[in-house]
Amino acid sequence: MATFTDLTDRLSEAFKKLRGKGKLSPADVDGTVREIRRALLEADVALEVVKQFTANVRERALSDDVNKALNPAQQVVQIVNDELVGILGGAQRRIQFAKKPPTVIMLAGLQGAGKTTLAGKLAKWLASEGHTPLLVAADLQRPNAVTQLQVVGEQAGVQVWAPEPGNGKGNPVKVAKDGVKEAQRRQFDVVIIDTAGRLGVDTELMKQASDIRKATEPDEVLFVIDAMIGQDAVATAKAFQDGVDFTGVVLTKLDGDTKGGAALSVASVTGRPIMFASTGEALGDFEPFYPDRMASRILDLGDILTLIEQAQKTFDQEEALKVAEKLATDSFTLEDFLSQMQQLKNMGSIKGMLGMLPGAKGMRQQLENFDEREITRTEAIIQSMTPAERKQPKLLNGSRRLRIAKGSGATVTDVNSLMTRFEQAAKMMKTVAKGGVPQVPGMGPMPGASFGGVKKQQGKKKTSKSGNPAKRAAEEAAMAAGTFTKPSAGSSFGLGAKPNTAPSAQDLETINRMLGR
Amino acid sequence: MAERKQPWSLSGALRSMFGSRTIDEDTWQDLEDALLGADFGPDITDALVSELRNSVERYRTTDPGDLRRMLGEALEERFAKLDPTLRLTNRPAVVLVVGVNGVGKTTTIGKFAKFLVNHGRSVLVGAADTFRAAAVEQLATWAERGGAQIVKPVQAGQDPASVAFQTVEKAQRDGIDIVLIDTAGRLQTKSGLMDELSKIKRVIQKQCEIAEVLLVLDATTGQNGVAQAEAFIEHAGVTGLVLTKLDGSARGGFVLAVQERTGIPIKLVGQGEGIGDLTGFTPHVFVQNLLD
Repeated sequence: MATFTDLTDRLSEAFKKLRGKGKLSPADVDGTVREIRRALLEADVALEVVKQFTANVRERALSDDVNKALNPAQQVVQIVNDELVGILGGAQRRIQFAKKPPTVIMLAGLQGAGKTTLAGKLAKWLASEGHTPLLVAADLQRPNAVTQLQVVGEQAGVQVWAPEPGNGKGNPVKVAKDGVKEAQRRQFDVVIIDTAGRLGVDTELMKQASDIRKATEPDEVLFVIDAMIGQDAVATAKAFQDGVDFTGVVLTKLDGDTKGGAALSVASVTGRPIMFASTGEALGDFEPFYPDRMASRILDLGDILTLIEQAQKTFDQEEALKVAEKLATDSFTLEDFLSQMQQLKNMGSIKGMLGMLPGAKGMRQQLENFDEREITRTEAIIQSMTPAERKQPKLLNGSRRLRIAKGSGATVTDVNSLMTRFEQAAKMMKTVAKGGVPQVPGMGPMPGASFGGVKKQQGKKKTSKSGNPAKRAAEEAAMAAGTFTKPSAGSSFGLGAKPNTAPSAQDLETINRMLGR
Repeated sequence: MAERKQPWSLSGALRSMFGSRTIDEDTWQDLEDALLGADFGPDITDALVSELRNSVERYRTTDPGDLRRMLGEALEERFAKLDPTLRLTNRPAVVLVVGVNGVGKTTTIGKFAKFLVNHGRSVLVGAADTFRAAAVEQLATWAERGGAQIVKPVQAGQDPASVAFQTVEKAQRDGIDIVLIDTAGRLQTKSGLMDELSKIKRVIQKQCEIAEVLLVLDATTGQNGVAQAEAFIEHAGVTGLVLTKLDGSARGGFVLAVQERTGIPIKLVGQGEGIGDLTGFTPHVFVQNLLD
């Protein structure tokens, strides 16, 4: 979708103007805030929420309270991200179960928001958590909503209480009330009441929902809202808050390509927490809501801080020291090569990591081409070697290579090309270790990262990293250090760094711009 | 909101703007806010506002009343660019109804069937939504209310394309005028399901021409509506848009963006829960309702 890259491009443009400035001037901030405003509107965040949001961002960006460690562009990104996560995740919580069962959960929302399907998902999820839910069919309005709930209940393997056939007949308040009684009698510990969909402006149906609420005194009233909803989100949410007053929000249809700005609108206007997200058609596609993911979805700003955290966690310094030592003594072996690769894998999906970066959306195509299984294959080959072979690669003659190829399900050519890559890596690292190139790929420009105390190790870490081609490629792209002193390195290893998978100069420029380098 | 005659009207948002004496910067700000609030989206809003600014300059007017008229004309002109007439002259005229989940496809079919039956056409509906629980029953209830016949899947989970095939076959055999085929709701990002839609279309086309492929859009949808339309056009060859749930507080401004970006006209508008609440799309009436 074109709009995904739009924001990144425009923000990059706005940030470019901020480059090199030490402090933000009001005019700088206004330009950036205008772009953010537009982006939020395109993401369907309600206008009044956008206005308030941008006002907050502007105020904070101009206050003295900004992090001096970051450059202006990074400051704005950080403020925007903080504000987004603040609103979305300010008051996160789980379902509150009643002290005395059954816990009553009532679902309310517009028509077509996905209440009935959600009832099934919620029931299945609760059942998997060890609860015994009972579904109550109190949507007697929509043709065959009762039948649908029965089918869904059957799929989820939970009981359904449906005394009325629906289709406009029967009293939903009575059904709901009886449902709770039934649950008490048959000792279900959770009751989920599916109610009829209604429009915010329909006072009659709103009254019915309110009556159901009064009659059953639910412990939770969940407002189910379609993630694709536009500016109407605010009016609808307010109408439901006034009409039935919900205690939590569930976002549905998040598996589409909508940005889901509605989440921000609803959370901001009602102050109610978003508790769950429904992400697919199967009954298992249901999960607790993650504010940080939603924030990056709405604005595509990426989650740079997470990336730094992950990177720091995985590359423990002890390991880095060990490798550096080996380099110095010229004994870099296939075992080290392997352990580096495994570290890289521990960081999680490389594609996912790249996806977290601002501006990385433009690289999607290239990300698609990147084959992570390549790492696994390499791993298999090395693991098929004997310890002696790993320590002394020179031992590998033709017959040993054939054995390794058979053992790892690869061909001799694969083994050969791995060995070539390894030799090149070892050779290059030796040069680097001796030369002591000062740049630290990926670590230098990260906002919020403090490197003051670990300078010495950084130098060493740097060398260890560059030794692993896949890691290097990923890090270079992922962290966008922009320090490409050895452009030939990435491609010569071939480990996923096929010529076309390396980020183009243009992409890198974009990322650098985003990071305000 | 309920006290207004047309709850989805822009009038509330525009009241302060037209209430003022002259056109000043506040007027433009209010206009922009009103359009954005009606889901027209930043692009169309910017275009409209600058167009109106130019007109106001040219005619040297300071009367907000003039601006209101110009807004009406500008919107109407944009909405009226394409022809909203439904083409149902084939016999049988096959209409395929598609859309994402929960926009009101089944309800629209029920209303449309009623509308056509009222005009003396015989109607057959095909329940090709074999995925969602109880969708077939829901359609059967609507068909009964609308006085149409229905073809149901022979077994649960039957291939939707085969249900569509059987429906068209029956219509040809029995000499029925109009065939409406309900499909399962699918998000435009699910490529497997979108391919299924292409298949349904291919299968029907082997029997006869498809008269219309209607994409149902929910008025509460935001800017994602454009993405939905583009995907459905690619896979199902949409020929017309249906805007539903206009009886809420949403104004559905995004359809203008959809119409302009894709060149597919809005053909039907659903404005209520009653079976008679589906009407043809008339740009003039639509804009009047929006502004009054």
